[in-house]
Amino acid sequence: MDLTLKVWRQKNANAPGQFETYPARNLIPDMSFLEMLDVVNEDLVARGEEPIAFDSDCREGICGTCSLVINGVPHGGRAGTTACQLHMRHFRDGQTVTIEPWRARPFPVIKDLIVDRSALDRIMQAGGFVSVRTGGAPDGNAVPVSKVDAERAMDAAQCIGCGACVAVCKNASASLFVAAKVSHLGLLPQGKPERDRRVLRMVQTMDAAGFGACTVTGSCEAVCPKQISINFIARMNRDYALTLLRGG
Amino acid sequence: MKLDAQIPSGPLAQKWDKHKFDLKLVNPANKRRFDLIVVGTGLAGASAAASLAELGYRVECFCFQDSPRRAHSIAAQGGINAAKNYQNDGDSVYRLFYDTIKGGDFRSREANVYRLAQVSASIIDQCVAQGVPFAREYGGLLANRSFGGAQVSRTFYARGQTGQQLLLGAYQALCRQIGLGTVRLHPRTEMLDLVLIDGHAKGIVVRDLVTGEISAHAGDAVVLATGGYGNVFYLSTNAKGCNVTAIWRAYKKGAAFANPCFTQIHPTCIPVSGEHQSKLTLMSESLRNDGRVWVPRQQGDQRPPSQIPEVERDYFLERKYPSYGNLAPRDISSRAAKEVCDQGRGVGPGGLGVYLDFADAIQRVGEGTVRERYGNLFDMYEKITGEDAYQSPMRIYPAVHYAMGGLWVDYNLMSTIPGLFVLGEANFSDHGANRLGASALMQGLADGYFILPYTIGHYFASAKQPKPSVSHAEFQQAVADARGRTQKLLSIRGRRTVTSLHRELGKLLWDKCGMARNETGLKAALQRIPALREEFWHDLTVTGAAEGLNQSLEYAGRVADFMEFAELLCLDALTRAESCGCHFRTEFQSEDGEAKRDDEQFAFVSAWEYQGANRPPVLNREALAYEAVHLSTRSYK
Repeated sequence: MDLTLKVWRQKNANAPGQFETYPARNLIPDMSFLEMLDVVNEDLVARGEEPIAFDSDCREGICGTCSLVINGVPHGGRAGTTACQLHMRHFRDGQTVTIEPWRARPFPVIKDLIVDRSALDRIMQAGGFVSVRTGGAPDGNAVPVSKVDAERAMDAAQCIGCGACVAVCKNASASLFVAAKVSHLGLLPQGKPERDRRVLRMVQTMDAAGFGACTVTGSCEAVCPKQISINFIARMNRDYALTLLRGG
Repeated sequence: MKLDAQIPSGPLAQKWDKHKFDLKLVNPANKRRFDLIVVGTGLAGASAAASLAELGYRVECFCFQDSPRRAHSIAAQGGINAAKNYQNDGDSVYRLFYDTIKGGDFRSREANVYRLAQVSASIIDQCVAQGVPFAREYGGLLANRSFGGAQVSRTFYARGQTGQQLLLGAYQALCRQIGLGTVRLHPRTEMLDLVLIDGHAKGIVVRDLVTGEISAHAGDAVVLATGGYGNVFYLSTNAKGCNVTAIWRAYKKGAAFANPCFTQIHPTCIPVSGEHQSKLTLMSESLRNDGRVWVPRQQGDQRPPSQIPEVERDYFLERKYPSYGNLAPRDISSRAAKEVCDQGRGVGPGGLGVYLDFADAIQRVGEGTVRERYGNLFDMYEKITGEDAYQSPMRIYPAVHYAMGGLWVDYNLMSTIPGLFVLGEANFSDHGANRLGASALMQGLADGYFILPYTIGHYFASAKQPKPSVSHAEFQQAVADARGRTQKLLSIRGRRTVTSLHRELGKLLWDKCGMARNETGLKAALQRIPALREEFWHDLTVTGAAEGLNQSLEYAGRVADFMEFAELLCLDALTRAESCGCHFRTEFQSEDGEAKRDDEQFAFVSAWEYQGANRPPVLNREALAYEAVHLSTRSYK
């Protein structure tokens, strides 16, 4: 099968970007979307042109590195799927496909389809942890954790930190990302002692980094490759409000 | 080169405790005077960086990914072993030690492996305290499952994403330290060289992958936790960015490289679908708890699996290894799959595949339970192949997965270069010639949380080296060399792309030094690799410039090192004229096709020493002495 690609090219953060059109030929249905881009890039390099820069690493949907907006939707719009796990069998021969980077003010473009997501790391550094040092931890079975809580914590902990939730949100809110971590740790007894401090610091850092507010449209949940529920955002908001009521 | 493994004296079970007491300490107020460089932020690197910073050291931490959380440990699926004996099924520190030594086909050090088994229990405690959401029973206690190469259930897991959850635990500990200002993080920064002053590791040269700037960083010690080199085979289950560069550069500066030919081929991966394939995807070994592996009895049987009656199926692992069955260790299962495919009984395109069938499990425990246990793996399989494994069996085939070999380290995890410590998959220490499932996570975290924080202080307290500075001539030279190499890669302007050369190298290695090796093939590979390397340096094309983000340039630098490393890998495989674990030399096999070890001649660790560009490396041998275990023929029958 053949496709026509319209790809965002941008030399660096300061240069203006524009769409360029490229043919993608002789594709087969078993290729992943990124393998399709590899093929296009091999052609470009063979012609002496600079290949399209895009981020990827594990290519099995878990590292959260790949970050493409495909036909207007982060990761391409198939439920629970990252761009690296999106396969060409879901495209039609002759289709035109647009490919853009994550677009959000806190994620400046580095080059072409690569953006800087270090703002998410800064939110984590503000409070996305349990303050235990190495050594001295009690036996793993010392504190029982209900299976229900452990499973719900795991539902939230699955977040791969890709930033699709931010990219799709009209407000560029990182609420789903923050809520997932606040809920993961807040649901477990080990995370409870710092629950207030954590939510306060993470939310404040998110706001300071320039992410917008959540208006509960649910688009983040729809594109999340791990299908993390927006119910966690409600949980984060409640935790945050209660913390403020308690005087921070 | 004199190899001294620094194994403490005394009975096996007391060595580590005794050693911890014998190690010199650094006073808390003095710790902040030491600057440490940690390269890599996977399980080993992140856990080490966080733990060292907690102790008071000042840490500079580097990763090539955009965030430490994306290191390839994230992709580990199945679980982590620990000798907790929560299941009351006969596990103990000694049993985990014994299983690991035996699983490694008696090619690892007793003292290291015993220590690994000892600290395994603390890892689980630490991770639980960090908030790792391990699977639990309804009563609230931790759940376990069984894994290949063991007859007890000692594997802790978080669905099929155990590596992700453990890495996030270590990453969060690291984030806390970054927030406190005790660790400085350098993401999107790749190590290009190691710098020695007066024979001690004193810093690194890196390239900022965003600006292209090449710079030097000095420290009182350097810790490499840069993962494995499986991508030398081009196709592997490793992430695209995984590479050998950091440890290869250290090798060229004098660190011995141990057992490079020990490369694990994992039995349960999704088969290759075509030439475009950029990487292979693992299906967790945990699937073999409930999945049954089979091929048709008849050669070239083209019927769909559902139409092949029970009597015409060969459940070859259950047939050959009745006591371990589908849970036979990875090397043995991989070889068995290759054998049936070589007999023309493989399934799927090209006949390179075997079935992993869940029909019996679904009948026994119901589809809901199977979905609960492995749902994310079935989903992943469906995404990649477009097939529903609840309806028809998965097709799997072995693929390169893990490097047991790596830089040689002593009991303190220090390489042959003083001040250079190597952790996790990047070192060679604990898995011998074959790693058991759920042991990589255990080793990475043992090294980072519980071993290096004790041993590195001893180096500082005894070496008493002057504070290095990047203005030293050695640093200037290393920076100039790195710039020169970058320019050289850009100036070739040939016709072949990096990918095409890498793919050719990988195919050569897979054919000649993959699941089965022999003298003829290895000699042919050793002839071909230098020629291919020559072609690389004369006909490569790299677009773009040295400044700014340039992915072709990054990739070219990594493949340039693979082109050199591949030769050492084959040389090691040729020199080891025995079969052991993953290293199967077709000349050395028993009548029923099992690996035939030669303990008389090869019960040693190969530690290769670089001699310069145009001279062959020297082989040093660290003899493996077994005091506690009896060297036996490994049997899983």
